[in-house]
Amino acid sequence: MTAYPMTACSLVANRVSAGYGDTDILRGLDLAVPPGKITAIVGANACGKSTLLRTMSRLISPRQGQVLLDGKSIHRIPSRELARTLGLLPQSPVAPEGITVADLVSRGRHPHQGLFSRWTRKDDEAVAAALVATKTVALAERPVDELSGGQRQRVWIAMALAQQTEILLLDEPTTFLDISHQIEVLDLLTDLNRARGTTVVMVLHDLNLAARYADHLVAMAGGRLHVSGKPEDVLTEQHVREVFGLESRIIVDPTSGRPIMLPIGRHRMVTEQVSTIPPAG
Amino acid sequence: MLLSPTLDSIIDNRRRRARRRSLVIGVLAVLLVAMFALTLLLGQSFTPPEDVIRVLLGEQVAGASFTVGQLRLPRAVLSILAGLSFGLGGVAFQIMLRNPLASPDIIGISSGASAAAVFAIVVLSLKGPLVSVIAVAAGLGVALLVYALSFRNGVAGMRLILVGIGVSAMLDSFIAYVLSRAPAWTLQEAMRWLTGSVNGAQLSDALPLVLAVVAFGGLLASRARDLDALKLGDDTAAALGVGVVRTRVMVIVAAVGMIASATAVAGPIAFVAFLSGPIAARIMENNGSLLIPSALIGAMLVLAGDYCGQFLLPSRYPVGVVTGALGAPYLIFLIVRANRTANSP
Repeated sequence: MTAYPMTACSLVANRVSAGYGDTDILRGLDLAVPPGKITAIVGANACGKSTLLRTMSRLISPRQGQVLLDGKSIHRIPSRELARTLGLLPQSPVAPEGITVADLVSRGRHPHQGLFSRWTRKDDEAVAAALVATKTVALAERPVDELSGGQRQRVWIAMALAQQTEILLLDEPTTFLDISHQIEVLDLLTDLNRARGTTVVMVLHDLNLAARYADHLVAMAGGRLHVSGKPEDVLTEQHVREVFGLESRIIVDPTSGRPIMLPIGRHRMVTEQVSTIPPAG
Repeated sequence: MLLSPTLDSIIDNRRRRARRRSLVIGVLAVLLVAMFALTLLLGQSFTPPEDVIRVLLGEQVAGASFTVGQLRLPRAVLSILAGLSFGLGGVAFQIMLRNPLASPDIIGISSGASAAAVFAIVVLSLKGPLVSVIAVAAGLGVALLVYALSFRNGVAGMRLILVGIGVSAMLDSFIAYVLSRAPAWTLQEAMRWLTGSVNGAQLSDALPLVLAVVAFGGLLASRARDLDALKLGDDTAAALGVGVVRTRVMVIVAAVGMIASATAVAGPIAFVAFLSGPIAARIMENNGSLLIPSALIGAMLVLAGDYCGQFLLPSRYPVGVVTGALGAPYLIFLIVRANRTANSP
């Protein structure tokens, strides 16, 4: 077996402002990612979740503030070295036409290889371990573009695993997956966190899945961190109202003991409210 | 599933693919050498192999020294060098922009180099390596211009291609204008700048091209792995530790350098840069980097195209006419397919 890094690195965003063009999407955001834990980031559309992930993985340079990895600004760390510690799975990545699963997963070894260094046994081991962990061994020789959405997402996660980073950032890893595949992916990330101590940071849309799988839940609003902490402290009726502008009820999930948010709309209530649209005719 | 059988099959598969890759590249290389030998042996007349070898060794052979040494050899050498350069430069752009239409001969870089070379030769009466230098500079300038014109919140592949096609058309009409003002006796020369040709090739022309292939090809080879990672998309590549912007700049400089140097010597041999990468991709079946296979395919295309144009067609045509006839249908096919996929839900 390959030895995996057991000492977790710390990742901290310090008063970060960042965005595209002239507009700042993140506005002085502070975030300390707890090492060795699973962090889920939630928030309304366009609140800067993806921007935060992209800034923390150096795809965007912050206009102000900095992102620190073990106390060192990530902009001072050489790209290859950073990619050996910090992995990122972008939102819906696209595989090159016709590439096989094994080939795509082995691309995760890129930061571990120098200009002239050959493919080593360690690389093979990392790829094999990643395929086994994601249950994609049987798919190894299949072209990625022939796979189903759930299989494809597992393959991309396998690529990120082959990178063997201590921290893994994932931008909406469950998008476009049906519920069973969503659970499968989140279980897989939990296994990874438990077995290797990998720090997982993911952006999730589904509040209930976020609350169930995260050790640390982060709610963002307007480019800032609104509230963070244990899921039961973060997923409250008041916070849902503040972050999403939505009335809700929180109950406890009998399976996981974690909070579940039930949205309250204007319709379909046991005591039906009056519709605001006048009836036809 | 257990780790060790997986590991074994991973290693087996990787070795099998590596062997297959070496085999395919080996076959391509042998084919190229065979074509090179054929063009030396057989032209209007047949020259016996022993005579060809003696000429190559520098001996004077009556009846063979001129046809082989002065006509066939320079032509074949130049064809191979130009083909290598076009193939490498083309596939580098196609990989980098993840689009087969993003070839330098479609997006105006060849036309830029061509226009500068025509201007330097016809108007400024320059010759030799200086023309190459001007062509390379102009190629880079056009690359920069196309990039800048298509920049709006980053560069989208299709916008860059459309801008490039427009720039290319303007440069082509500039070439036609300069040539129309050129003295009549340069008409033979003029043909080269419209379609690309290795007519009247001289071994002395090969030197700047050898230097370009070594320097720019070396630069490209040094970025080959990072370039390959760009296929996964800029974000994923960056997450894998690739300096995306730096890689892009180096690849552009290397590819434009090769394309422009080859254009300065042989003219814009139509569609070789555009065709080599996709043909190589078809042959290699996603097995490793396309740089070397595309270079070999490019060399074969020019060599075979020139041979066809000289001997196999009813009248003599420059190589660019032959490769153009091959490339145009493929271009139409790609555009039709791109439209279909863009329109389909």
